[in-house]
Amino acid sequence: MSAPKRPPLPAILLANDLLDGEVVFWTGSAWSPLPGDALVARDDEAAAQLEQAAQAGLAAQKVVDAYLVDVAVDAAGVATPRHYREKIKTEGPTTRRDLGKQAGLYNIAPAGN
Amino acid sequence: MYRYDEFDARFVRERVAQFRAQVARRLDGSLTEDEFKPLRLKNGVYLQLHAYMLRIAVPYGTLSSRQLRQLALIGEKFDRGYGHFTTRTNMQFNWPRLRDVPEILDLLADVEMHCIQTSGNCIRNVTADHFAGIAANEVEDPRPTAELVRQWSSLHPEFDYLPRKFKIAVTGDARDRAVVKAHDIGLRILRSKDGEVGYEVMVGGGLGRTPMIAKTIRDFLPKKDLLAYLEAILRVYNLEGRRDNKYKARVKILVHEIGAEEFARQVEEEFAKLDGPSIAADAQEVARIAAYFAPPAYETLPARSLAFEAAKNENRAFATWASVNLFPHRVPGYAAATISLKAIGEAPGDITSDQMRAVADLAERYSFDEMRITHAQNVVLPYVKKDDLFAVWEGLVAAGLATANAGLITDIIACPGLDFCSLATARSIPIAQALAHRFGDEKRQLDIGELNIKISGCINACGHHHVGHIGILGLEKSGQESYQITLGGDATETAAIGERLGPGLAADDVPDAIERIVNVYLARRTSGETFIEAVRRLGLEPFKTAFQEKTHAAA
Amino acid sequence: MPLLDRTGLRDDIWVRSEDGASGAEHVIVGFAYLDAALAGNGRGRKIGVAIANDVKASALEPYLEQVELISIAFPNYGDGRGFSIAKQLRALGFKGVLRAHGPLIADQFAYALDCGFDEIDLPDSVALRQPIEQWLAMAGTISHTYQRGYGAQNILDARRAARTTV
Repeated sequence: MSAPKRPPLPAILLANDLLDGEVVFWTGSAWSPLPGDALVARDDEAAAQLEQAAQAGLAAQKVVDAYLVDVAVDAAGVATPRHYREKIKTEGPTTRRDLGKQAGLYNIAPAGN
Repeated sequence: MYRYDEFDARFVRERVAQFRAQVARRLDGSLTEDEFKPLRLKNGVYLQLHAYMLRIAVPYGTLSSRQLRQLALIGEKFDRGYGHFTTRTNMQFNWPRLRDVPEILDLLADVEMHCIQTSGNCIRNVTADHFAGIAANEVEDPRPTAELVRQWSSLHPEFDYLPRKFKIAVTGDARDRAVVKAHDIGLRILRSKDGEVGYEVMVGGGLGRTPMIAKTIRDFLPKKDLLAYLEAILRVYNLEGRRDNKYKARVKILVHEIGAEEFARQVEEEFAKLDGPSIAADAQEVARIAAYFAPPAYETLPARSLAFEAAKNENRAFATWASVNLFPHRVPGYAAATISLKAIGEAPGDITSDQMRAVADLAERYSFDEMRITHAQNVVLPYVKKDDLFAVWEGLVAAGLATANAGLITDIIACPGLDFCSLATARSIPIAQALAHRFGDEKRQLDIGELNIKISGCINACGHHHVGHIGILGLEKSGQESYQITLGGDATETAAIGERLGPGLAADDVPDAIERIVNVYLARRTSGETFIEAVRRLGLEPFKTAFQEKTHAAA
Repeated sequence: MPLLDRTGLRDDIWVRSEDGASGAEHVIVGFAYLDAALAGNGRGRKIGVAIANDVKASALEPYLEQVELISIAFPNYGDGRGFSIAKQLRALGFKGVLRAHGPLIADQFAYALDCGFDEIDLPDSVALRQPIEQWLAMAGTISHTYQRGYGAQNILDARRAARTTV
């Protein structure tokens, strides 16, 4: 797969876990199922580091479909994808608020749980 | 229904072991993701938006109670307690983990099920009329043919790396309920002038980016020639189908580009070279398969059931359900009952594990242990005694499955859309839900009568929007969801592709727009005229005008 | 490039030489040079031909008695045209060696053999990840398939045999 084009910044890196399918976010040192753990890249250097993390995650057979997503960061520092597709991917189905991350349901338990 | 023999059972077990090894080889790096992806797809495993998805084949839509109970168990143990029936009559689970899939496949094999070729560029799950064996005018039950084709197409050495996916449907009735003309190959069983049973062979139908209605390339194919003829078609397609552009790779494009006549000529030329008897299943094998589809042990009953008539008189809700959801049965005293998976406000085609068990129990008790899944994402109990219909209905009421809307405006076909699907460009389910709420009033639905709304969340058209009387296609326009409305599609033997009414609408504006279209029909219909008949008589203009008033109002 | 068949890895006695200029005993020439190579073959060299997968089997029909090997290109493993060409060449009566040339994967080995191929000429990039053991294991995972006329073991004939022995 060729590397997708870098989106506008700020951006986060997300992917799906290879074995469990869960949407996971790059924290700077690990992959976490919690969107709030995502490291936000605000400049090209940070974005390049995310891209490196994506390549490393793919090469290590850890994740699949890794790519950067542009986000809006609110006053409290919470990053939300700008595009509706990635927002749904990050939260869960809009028609089933009882499913997915929005309901606290994960195929990979968040660290510390 | 068909039961596995030792060979079928071994074949499916070996395929499970093969997939288990493929997952292991993906994890150890033997297979790259690019190599693994088609392999997992050919076994029904997608990577969707939130998780992996597993698509389980329900060949020609026929299921036993034991099988449905196993699906209920899988839904609970490995998923989120529900499943989703698709327009190819398959079942999808939206939340399985890849690491669990081999175990799920073993559970499926336990009940003679599998996920083989439910995706990928190969011959997909074969579909058939959901009223097979029931409809009065049927020439022959299409399912023995479908089963023969299922076996023949499974792990076909030559045709597992086709240019693109390949779908086959079979109908045994001139009245087409299997959308055969929207398939890569549509087979219609018919009788020749001398009484011989064979097939009309249609090729090159399909929806997606470039919708096409299939063309007939053989008016009559003797039954014994079926597999050789399919081999010839697939060989021509495998060699000549375009591989330079994914969107032009379906056989419909080849048929369109070289013309149906030239395509037929190439197929006939290849077919003439083949030694038919060395390819065909022998007569005993054909008979062996057909025997599984022999009619169940019907009782001799009067055509009219007093118990049924009395129950209708006493219970208005039951009477309404019976007037909408029953299909006439060829055997006196019986009916086929459609269980709608379109309760107002629910996702079309979704069914919980508890509901699966309730349906399985009803089928076991009242329908010779058999169910049919329809391309309209509903379930049919095919062999219910009229005397038992009230008890069935009460069971459905208890399970929340007694919605009386089969074939009506709220019996909406919808793909999962962007709420689940990684290919989608817009959501489908919320549109279906909004429309169901808008038109959910029972009296109003009955007044509108037969009307098929079909919704797809992207151009791939899993929701069959092109052949909906009203079709809705969700796209992305400037970072927003936008919905195109088409009118006049038809999924039956008079198949037609709907035409666009105008520019795309925002999600919130869709119910008003559909209501305007429906109101034109209500105002202008003649006595007894259905929606699609009125559209054909009136043409698009009056509907377009009403629709465009809406778009102007919204602008 | 490793060469393998249903018994394992083997030495490749054939030399690829598009225009046939190589002096090797066993030479695989391009289809465009086949006539010339056959015409000028006074020395009794063994001639094979390499074809792209858009060459029609019928175009090779005049040569089937004269070439010892036909190598069919698989530009990528998802492009299954080579399977049909192999099947057609066998149906036309070709008795020589059929070679699949390109990045197939081990999971396709059984299909290739069933369609009439004898051997796979595999790029190192695939062979490094998928050693011969995987190829041999994958070739045998499905013991019987449903199609008659492909490979040895098929379910329809096995059923027929079971019927006649009862």
